Amino acid sequence: MTDSSTSVRRLSDVKTTISESQYLLIVKGLKKNIDKIKPQFEEGGRFSKLQSVFDGFYTFLFTPNETGKTGVHIHDSNDSKRAMITVVIALLPCCLFGMWNIGLQHYMAIGSPDRDLFTLFFYGFFAVLPQIFTAYIVGLGIEFIVAQIRHEEIQEGFLVSGILIPMICPVDTPSWMLAIAVAFAVIFAKEVFGGTGYNFLNVALVTRAFLFFSYPSKMSGDHVFVKLGGQPGIDSFSGATPLGQLAAQTEPSAVVTNVVGDPLSYTDIFLGLYPGSWGETSCLCIFIGMAILLLSGVANWRIIISGLLGGFLMALVAHNWQSPLYPCTYLQPLEQLGLGGFLFAITFMATDPVTACRTRTGQYIYGALIGIIAILIRCYNTGYPEGAMLAVLLMNCFAPLIDYCVVNANIRKRMRRLTVRNI
Amino acid sequence: MNWKKSFIPFVNPLSKDNPVIVQILGICSALAVTAKMEPAVVMTISVTAVLAFANVIISLMRKTIPSSIRIIVQLVVVAALVVIVDQVLKAYTYDVSKALSVFIGLIITNCIIMGRLEAFALNNRPWPAFLDGVGNGLGYGLILIITSFFRELFGSGTLFGCQVFPDWWYEAGYMNNGLMILPPMALIVVACIIWAHRSVNKDLQEK
Repeated sequence: MTDSSTSVRRLSDVKTTISESQYLLIVKGLKKNIDKIKPQFEEGGRFSKLQSVFDGFYTFLFTPNETGKTGVHIHDSNDSKRAMITVVIALLPCCLFGMWNIGLQHYMAIGSPDRDLFTLFFYGFFAVLPQIFTAYIVGLGIEFIVAQIRHEEIQEGFLVSGILIPMICPVDTPSWMLAIAVAFAVIFAKEVFGGTGYNFLNVALVTRAFLFFSYPSKMSGDHVFVKLGGQPGIDSFSGATPLGQLAAQTEPSAVVTNVVGDPLSYTDIFLGLYPGSWGETSCLCIFIGMAILLLSGVANWRIIISGLLGGFLMALVAHNWQSPLYPCTYLQPLEQLGLGGFLFAITFMATDPVTACRTRTGQYIYGALIGIIAILIRCYNTGYPEGAMLAVLLMNCFAPLIDYCVVNANIRKRMRRLTVRNI
Repeated sequence: MNWKKSFIPFVNPLSKDNPVIVQILGICSALAVTAKMEPAVVMTISVTAVLAFANVIISLMRKTIPSSIRIIVQLVVVAALVVIVDQVLKAYTYDVSKALSVFIGLIITNCIIMGRLEAFALNNRPWPAFLDGVGNGLGYGLILIITSFFRELFGSGTLFGCQVFPDWWYEAGYMNNGLMILPPMALIVVACIIWAHRSVNKDLQEK
């Protein structure tokens, strides 16, 4: 019994070593070839103008073997490029589900929802492909140019922003608007402050905010969140998002419906079967992404927990003192958290390590305030059906102040201890 | 040579010593009145007139004003001029005066005006003081007009109220940028002007 099991284990060991060595051979061959052309991209080489581009791709493939020249000498191989990739992987479930959901909403709206999985998925896939391309080409283009001008490495920050930006915009956003907004956000929210790691505002959310304030008719209402593709919707069709419906309604109730007018159940909300910006609707997929981020240690659990708690408390307060003036207050607290972009913003936007608080106490305050303000705006300002974007941007601005106060409070506390002991 | 030198107070504020983009004064009104070009031009003329005449009047009185009450005297002079400008605008361009609303009255509090009176008019003869006033007014107005040009062009698709972009642009899906009309965008446009100005005049860059 023991023998057979060990032999099995040994066999599998052999198998992995073979595949690993083969893999290493391929990688080594690739590295050899790339190293061969490397001198041409260095100072004085034929393509020295493209040095930062080459460097960007090189470090994307291989962990750089350079050692630090000052300060810290031991680096984790899990550098920011690999952290960014983790976020992209965490975004994939939302991304794929969102594409399928676009197809589903489209075919439901035109009255023939009985299509197979692939029809629905590829309809959504081709609907968002131009947006993803626009975001990456414009954003990375600007980053490459700036890196070249400053003779710096290419920063990898846009890898995540590029996929996040289309995911938080309505599916019908024209590509030229997206291009302008991305250019604005990358230049004014990031590059003027020194590039990736120095921006105090979340770049994806600045893009969203720019679009929201510049072209309000394309960013809210009941025409932009469901792609009809020129076909007429059925009679009971309404393309408004659940929160949009609530902001526009006058009756004292909290009945939210999907595109064909059926009321949404908790399961529908949890799975995300309703119109919205295509990344944000599914709680299930966001929870999968959240798990990936938390297990890999990329996202900060303090911000997520306190954000959810803050949002829940505020939703509870709003629900307790519901008023016909603000229809959003009729929502149950759990619906409040599940609908719209709240969960997505808490998971992927609030936890952005560059723009969030650094101190632990600060992170609790920061997360909780995002949750509270998001629900506050959503409920009591009917002009903005979704408050998560504005809440995160506002708290981005206050994050350094919170950190400053926390650090100073700690210094004062320790000073007091010191003086007491001395006496 | 001497003739050229006497124009330094006029030329300097246009670029190298511009009140808005170098001294960062008068930002408040630059945000408020630059959504359209017409109010920006009227504001430019009003501020230039007030500043030039206030400079001349204070310069004429500079030897008789006791130092302890000079601020009050300056305020009275400026306020009187602003009231005159306000009445003239109400009489001849009522619509623009409505659009500018409180901002004509607020010229009194424009830091550029008090700054020039304190820094220049109190120590100089009337003619240089006049040139300084006109120069600073125009330097301020230049930035106002550039800012309002971009804001009106992209925010409303018009210049001085006339449509610039052809109709087929709008039919093809072009839309005016609503953010351009909102005050925050004025800050960003002014910032861009400062950016361009400093990259040309490298000696103005802060270390």
